[in-house]
Amino acid sequence: MELNQFVENFAAQFDDTDASVFTPETKFRELDEWSSLIALSIIAMVDEEYDVVLKGDDIRSAVTIQELFERVVALK
Amino acid sequence: MNYNPFSLSGKTILVTGASSGIGRSIAVECSKMGAHVVITGRNEERLAETQSMLFGDGHISISADIAEEQQVESLVEQLPVLDGVVHCAGVGVRKPAQAIKKSDIDFVFAPNVIAPILLQKHLLKKKRIAKSASIVFIASRAPFAPAVGNAVYSASKGAIIGYAKTLGLELAPKQIRVNCICPAMVWTDLIRRDAETIGESFAEAEARYPLKRFGQPEDVAYLSIYLLSDASQWMTGSCIDITGGGELTLV
Repeated sequence: MELNQFVENFAAQFDDTDASVFTPETKFRELDEWSSLIALSIIAMVDEEYDVVLKGDDIRSAVTIQELFERVVALK
Repeated sequence: MNYNPFSLSGKTILVTGASSGIGRSIAVECSKMGAHVVITGRNEERLAETQSMLFGDGHISISADIAEEQQVESLVEQLPVLDGVVHCAGVGVRKPAQAIKKSDIDFVFAPNVIAPILLQKHLLKKKRIAKSASIVFIASRAPFAPAVGNAVYSASKGAIIGYAKTLGLELAPKQIRVNCICPAMVWTDLIRRDAETIGESFAEAEARYPLKRFGQPEDVAYLSIYLLSDASQWMTGSCIDITGGGELTLV
């Protein structure tokens, strides 16, 4: 599993936030566009692409995209 | 005076999805109101738990996965003639529209829509529904109170409401009544799992309800008792909301 690919998949769930904003260090819940709908989209993307079922708490306890990536790796 | 128009004494009532949540509560409360209850569900162990909670004698427990048509047929073969049916089995998923897969639709529609329609067909074909019986579908407020990620579940409940209204019309000549109950959020395993998925405790949502709480399974069971009893004999084709006042919001 590759971090940069994960960041790209993560960014793809957003419509209005420029792709250049997304790095492993991005604090995603601070983004203006972040919403409960996007959280559900992230859960669905991780299920589809990585075959890992995240829970809401996994998203809430991660601050950066990299931290969420590490959670997905741990659950894989 | 022994006056009780809501009694279910002497009635035989089938409850699907009785191994947990609202179905379990309906089975238990119906037994307390004097009904002979036939419970069915997928999970044998939890179904046995429900059976141990029933009051009185003469109850029947048949484990079956009603999403499998063969199991439906064998279930119906084993059933006595029924004075009431509560279609309660159901599941949900939370996904935004753009992430919905065919497998999600199949997962939700199999127990929520296809199974009750086919079960009802076999019950009618095998003449297991008594004249003047009452059929209740546990639908949902979801089709009228959209929540993000709830599209597939909402669509399934909208579908069963449409089906139930037609069934009511077709069965009216036999005085068989068909009604839906549309609850807002009720504390069951389904909702607890949902809360885990979206990572919310639902405490804030609950506080927004005018009566300051989500429903308990018993709240829905008591309304089911009304619809199953002779007290509601002029009701058919209706959808009754039960919401704690939270009519425009689910969560």
